[in-house]
Amino acid sequence: MSPGPEEEPPGGVFALPDAEHAEERQVVAQLENVSRVYPMGGDEVRALDNLSFSFRSGEYWAVMGSSGSGKSTLLNLLGCIDRPTTGEYRVRGKAVSQLDDDQLSELRGSELGFIFQSYNLIPQLNVLENILMPVLYRENPPDGSEDRARQLADRVGLGDRLTHRPTELSGGQQQRVAIARSLINDPALILADEATGNLDSKTADEILQLFDELNDEGKTILIVTHEPSVGARADCILRLKDGAIEGVEENRR
Amino acid sequence: MRAVRLGVSSLLLHKLRSFLTTLGVLFGVSSVIAMLAIAEGASVEAQEQIRQLGSRNVILRSVKPPEDKVSDQESRVIAYGLTHEDHARVSETYPGVKDVVAVLEVPEEVRAGELSCRPRVMCVDPSYRDVTGRIMMSGRFLHERDNAATAPVCVLGYEVARYLFPFKAALGERIKVGAEYLDVVGVMFPRVPIGSIKRDAGTEVGGEVFIPLKTGQRVFGERQVKIRSGTMDAQEVQLHEIIIAVERDEDVSMIANASRIMLAESHREKDYEVIVPLELLLRAQETKRIFSIVLASIAGISLLVGGIGIMNVMLATVTERTREIGIRRALGAKRHHIVTQFLVETVVLSGCGGVAGVALGLVIPKIVEAAGDMRTIVTFEAPVFAFGISVATGVIFGLYPAWRAATMDPVEALRHE
Repeated sequence: MSPGPEEEPPGGVFALPDAEHAEERQVVAQLENVSRVYPMGGDEVRALDNLSFSFRSGEYWAVMGSSGSGKSTLLNLLGCIDRPTTGEYRVRGKAVSQLDDDQLSELRGSELGFIFQSYNLIPQLNVLENILMPVLYRENPPDGSEDRARQLADRVGLGDRLTHRPTELSGGQQQRVAIARSLINDPALILADEATGNLDSKTADEILQLFDELNDEGKTILIVTHEPSVGARADCILRLKDGAIEGVEENRR
Repeated sequence: MRAVRLGVSSLLLHKLRSFLTTLGVLFGVSSVIAMLAIAEGASVEAQEQIRQLGSRNVILRSVKPPEDKVSDQESRVIAYGLTHEDHARVSETYPGVKDVVAVLEVPEEVRAGELSCRPRVMCVDPSYRDVTGRIMMSGRFLHERDNAATAPVCVLGYEVARYLFPFKAALGERIKVGAEYLDVVGVMFPRVPIGSIKRDAGTEVGGEVFIPLKTGQRVFGERQVKIRSGTMDAQEVQLHEIIIAVERDEDVSMIANASRIMLAESHREKDYEVIVPLELLLRAQETKRIFSIVLASIAGISLLVGGIGIMNVMLATVTERTREIGIRRALGAKRHHIVTQFLVETVVLSGCGGVAGVALGLVIPKIVEAAGDMRTIVTFEAPVFAFGISVATGVIFGLYPAWRAATMDPVEALRHE
């Protein structure tokens, strides 16, 4: 059921052609027997213990667990800012262990989008420049990035504030900029770390609404949270305990 | 470039801190330039003075021997200095000599009408002008025929001409030297005053009057007798100077040594000196070279200190921006991106210090010139060199902090603050 040239594909500009066919969804991120071990004193800490899991395109996951469950470590690994001690992690098929630091950085910048609890925008840059940041670091940035940045700003509702600095924006607005930034390179996976943790409930709801919409448009989202109300907004919940998967739940929406 | 713009905006976030950091480089650069300018100016000045003596000349000069001989005699005539024999020996026996000029100074008063003064009255061989390279302002210098005829003519130095004839040209006028009337046949351009070469003091008005040697000897005597007032002591000098103009540079040393030997043999005591401008020139150049190196090293140290200051500030900056570094890395920045980012900031800092330092470095020599009455010369190379060093300082001292930033663990960095 491919869209004709006149039709807009379902889900807007960012949708994948076959967003409706769950069984055909590709694996975008795959963990194979991944462990992350830290030396601590004379002992070891197994933050992640022999984890295996796959995330498919278009899915919307919440990763939940108490502190110490390894959810932050999992996020860092999925986001390629940390490496597994043992096991293999593949992003769109590429094995992370085969990559050197430069290649890993390139992978990170092009296939992964980060959204942090404290927004983490660059204060000296305005909204447009913040959204374009990941493009700066690409080896071969594609043409039309600036147009895409403007479109994304519109999409998150900040099209009229392109020249504002982060200090001139509210928390919710800053998080929207961060979301647009995470989308600029059309990543395989968007990783959100307690994305609503610093927001009031109304703004948090708006942000989660935006996540819903983006997921409907075909984006793959993974949000780490400790709040059940947030976890309930996702399609599925991955529960971690002591560095291993405790369980997987599906939410009826 | 975009990276530069970003670096500048980061630096402007902390205006005072950035400014203070550049000061070290600023002072380092400006002091390098200023010191080199002072050294260059002093050196050129010294070399010009020496050149005026004639770099192909060997100058023999009479020197009054030290007064360690106390005598009970009622009157003593101390004869010292170069003799006519010395002159003859040099003229007739030395090879490779273009000219030999004898100089006799007479301590006479010079009058013109109401005005009088006591310049240095020098009785010279007519080739004096050729040998010393002095330039005529008007008229002519003395000629061999003046000398042969012991003509009563003279040439005035510029200062004397101006003093004695303030309202009209001195050329053609008549002056009185001692008891003798002489016609002015020429006026000479002023000479840059020599500071470093000592001359006998005693003239109230600067400047010189030149008389043909033979005229002077006829009128004032072959020997100059100076009687010290209050005593019966007298000094007698036959010739004050013998200037030997050598044909070729290579022979200067040989002639100088020959003179030293000859005078040592024929004089009982050291009542002469042999001045070799060429040797002085070489020594002055060497002095300048060493002087420049020392000054530049001192200034270089201050530049080093400035660089350390930059490194210090950049290390603090990197620590402050740990979070930001983590964010950039998370967004896909590679290590070299981070290095470039901080290195650009450092180089902008040191570059600004360098530019300001060059500006200040061009101003300081002017102030020194005005205040200290010294000559200073800013060469083209000095500011370029100093600025280049300032940029290099930025790169060298920025590398370590930038490396520190680039090798941070992104996970740790994001956790920071």
